[in-house]
Amino acid sequence: MEILIRALVGGVVVSAFALLGDVFLPKRFAGLFGAAPAVALASLGLAMASNGKLYAALEARSMVGGAIAFLVYAYCVCVIMLKYKPSALVCSLASITIWCATAFGLWMLWLR
Amino acid sequence: MKVHADFSALRRTKWYEYAIRFLFGGIVTAITGMIAKKFGPQVGGLFLAFPAIFPATATLLEKHEKQKKERKGLNGTKRGRLVAGVDAAGAAMGAGGLIVFALIVWKLLPGRSGSMVLAGATLAWVIVAVSIWAAVEKLRQLQRRHRTRRITTKVHS
Repeated sequence: MEILIRALVGGVVVSAFALLGDVFLPKRFAGLFGAAPAVALASLGLAMASNGKLYAALEARSMVGGAIAFLVYAYCVCVIMLKYKPSALVCSLASITIWCATAFGLWMLWLR
Repeated sequence: MKVHADFSALRRTKWYEYAIRFLFGGIVTAITGMIAKKFGPQVGGLFLAFPAIFPATATLLEKHEKQKKERKGLNGTKRGRLVAGVDAAGAAMGAGGLIVFALIVWKLLPGRSGSMVLAGATLAWVIVAVSIWAAVEKLRQLQRRHRTRRITTKVHS
């Protein structure tokens, strides 16, 4: 039941930010919404309600590493897309390895 | 180009494209919760900034731009991919705001009202992301002006 609530809340919040990204122009501005704290808002809100604020704050501490990894990921996708023009799906999915490497690298060095 | 809202874009998006994003968002939020439960909040927290929706959004954007060009009888593959790249540049700027969001929640959440901290952190995300975007736009304008001035000087000499 808890997973279902998480999925519903997450789906709604992520969709809301995606709608904002659809509506705004120019696209460089709309792209900001691709890095909106959608999953974080849904997850932190639920984590606070079920596990308390300290637990949510610990999650937020690790999120700093995840957000740095997102910055590296998005920058790499941008450079690859503009330089080599591959398919957006292939490039954005393959580059998730960059996010994983950066996020877990930071976790090992700093957050563990 | 000035920032503005084009609500006709909502009509161009098909119902299943909304469903895909809802599904992606829901699945990633649920998985994040499961990871945090199994491995603890230190690992689960990383996934709060997982690029959950970005691949779907970039792919839809590429498809829409391609279709727009094809309606005019042109091959829009290159244009679609270029726009997806520009969207990624925006996401990188938004990620700057995401770092600030996480820092605020981490530092301010213990001992304060949870909803106020989340609201404040979201506002900080907006301010930081838009400020980075505005600074980059200003820099691009200055570069463009400088380039035009150099070309004009070369032509005159």
